[in-house]
Formats: sequence, C-alpha cells, structure tokens
Amino acid sequence: MRAESPGPQHEWLDGAAGPVVRPYTLTGGRVRPPVAGFDLVAFVLARPAADATGQPGFQPEHRRLVELARRPAAVADLAADLNLAVGVVRVLLGDLVARGLVAVHQPPTAAYLPDDNILKAVVSGLRAL
Amino acid sequence: MDSVRSDRQVAAPRVPLALKILIAGGFGAGKTTLVSALSEVRPLQTEEVLTGAGVDTDDISGVEQKSTTTVAMDFGRITINDDLQVYLFGTPGQDRFWFLWDELAFGALGAVVLADTRRLADCFPSIDYFEQRGVPFVVGVNCFDGARRFGLEAVRDALDLDPEVPLVLCDARDRQSGKLVLISLVEHVARQRGEPVPVG
Repeated sequence: MRAESPGPQHEWLDGAAGPVVRPYTLTGGRVRPPVAGFDLVAFVLARPAADATGQPGFQPEHRRLVELARRPAAVADLAADLNLAVGVVRVLLGDLVARGLVAVHQPPTAAYLPDDNILKAVVSGLRAL
Repeated sequence: MDSVRSDRQVAAPRVPLALKILIAGGFGAGKTTLVSALSEVRPLQTEEVLTGAGVDTDDISGVEQKSTTTVAMDFGRITINDDLQVYLFGTPGQDRFWFLWDELAFGALGAVVLADTRRLADCFPSIDYFEQRGVPFVVGVNCFDGARRFGLEAVRDALDLDPEVPLVLCDARDRQSGKLVLISLVEHVARQRGEPVPVG
C-alpha cells in the first residue's frame, strides 16, 4: 500500500513551518502545570536516581526533560532545546515535579537584589567578553 | 503565587544564580540584533503560547478550549562564571503582549530600552512601563546607518528621561558596543541601590 506520507519531501513542511502538532497536544490539552511557578530562569535539576522511563502517560518529551536536567538547566533553555513553547514545558515540568523526578530552584524574587559583589562580578565578566 | 518546593540535596550540582535583563524598545529598534550580538550561544528563541480567553475561566479538568496564538521570545545567555549567568530576554514588541512583560519583568535586574531616533516615540511605552514598575533601565540609542544623529541631550529631552537614567549611544550589531550598554545598566543598578561599594 502506498500513500503520500508526510515527510521531508513535502514542500510546504520545511523547518520554518514549525511543529505540525498543535502545541498543547503534548500535554493532553492542559495549559496550566499541576504546580505553579517555573520562572523562565528557574533552574530544573533531576533528582539523582530519577528515571522517567515506564512512567504511565509520559511523552518522550518528559524523558528528554529529565535527561536535560541531569545538569541544572533553566526553563527557558529547556524550552529552546526541546523547541517547545514555554507554557508547554511548564506543564511537562509540573508532571515531573509531581512525580518527584526533578526539583525546581526558583530564582530570587523582586524583593531580592544581588549584592555589590555579584554586580561587580557581572561588570567584570562583561568587560572580559 | 505558589512557589515550587526546592529541596536541597547533599552533593547535588550547584545551581547557578541567573540574572534576568530585559531588552525592550519599539518594533525594529534592534532588540533581536542586540540579543544575538551578546549571547554566547546561538540566538535562542522560545515561544509562549497565548490563550485567547481570560485566565479566569477555569474548569475542573484543566482542559480548556481556546484559540491559541504564539509569540516568539528571543533570549540569550552570557555565562559570567560557574555560579552566575545573565539571561537576556527581548520583550515582545506588540502592545497586545503587555501581560507577558509582567512575567518577564518579575525579578529582573533591569532593562535596556533601545531607541531609534527615526521613531523615538516607539520606545515611550517601554520607558513608561519600567518607570511605573520601578525597574532600573538604561536607554541605548541605536545608531542606524543613515539615521540622523541627534545630540544625546536632545534625545534625553525628547524622551523626558530622569537625569539619573543613563543614555548611551550604541550599535546593536556590535558585541563590544552592546556589552557597554549592559555594563552601564549594571552600574546604574548598583548606584540605585545606594549602598556604598565595600572597600577592600
């Protein structure tokens, strides 16, 4: 049986077309994560023995996130690495937190201002660019 | 707002401190160019999916039927050291995405407002936004080819900037120029804190 299968040959499906699957299909239509938070620069870190294989209902993207979070990774970086919308990544991360696979380290809030030593380090780091 | 529990683990990898700097300005003012020039990694882009209906409409299943649209967000990263990273986020240019700014601005160290002297008024909304929310910012006048050069004082007057807000000329395509804008922002933040720099 031979059918026109969508593939790389499709002239109207190039990289610029973006994902063909609607974004929130991955999350089963959920637009809000089961736990709140996940600032764009919150760091996600997989728990030492985290294993996302065999978790019911998980997508390959869940497992990719756990692998990427073996080292601390910011939410924005994870979204870019997976080429997914931030909102989608937040939902998936919420699943991972709910199952105890990753921990999330929120950045300091507005009330916090880095001390002078940090600001100095930023300035000298920038000068060295 | 709830915060996600963060458990500290013994011998876990150190989590860096991430500082967030926003790059704002009118459409075509050079935001994407500046982020690209400064980022140590390929210009990253992520997108936020916006849902059409208000966030108040909640349903039990969490499955919501709304029209969605996506807005691309440019961002870049500068690693200062193992424990310190600077993230640059270009703000969405269109007015209808203002609410995204609130999230971007939350906890931000400060902002760079890029101004194009050919369309100076385009950056008024950005300046208003940061002034109202008390987010420290600097204005970078992007020197486009062929744009008429104005004196900085004329630009400052036209923007009605507070005297302490730094105003610098820059070329958004040039990394060295862009980093000087960031440095002026960080120094401005340090001055605003009003704490004397510890000696020795």
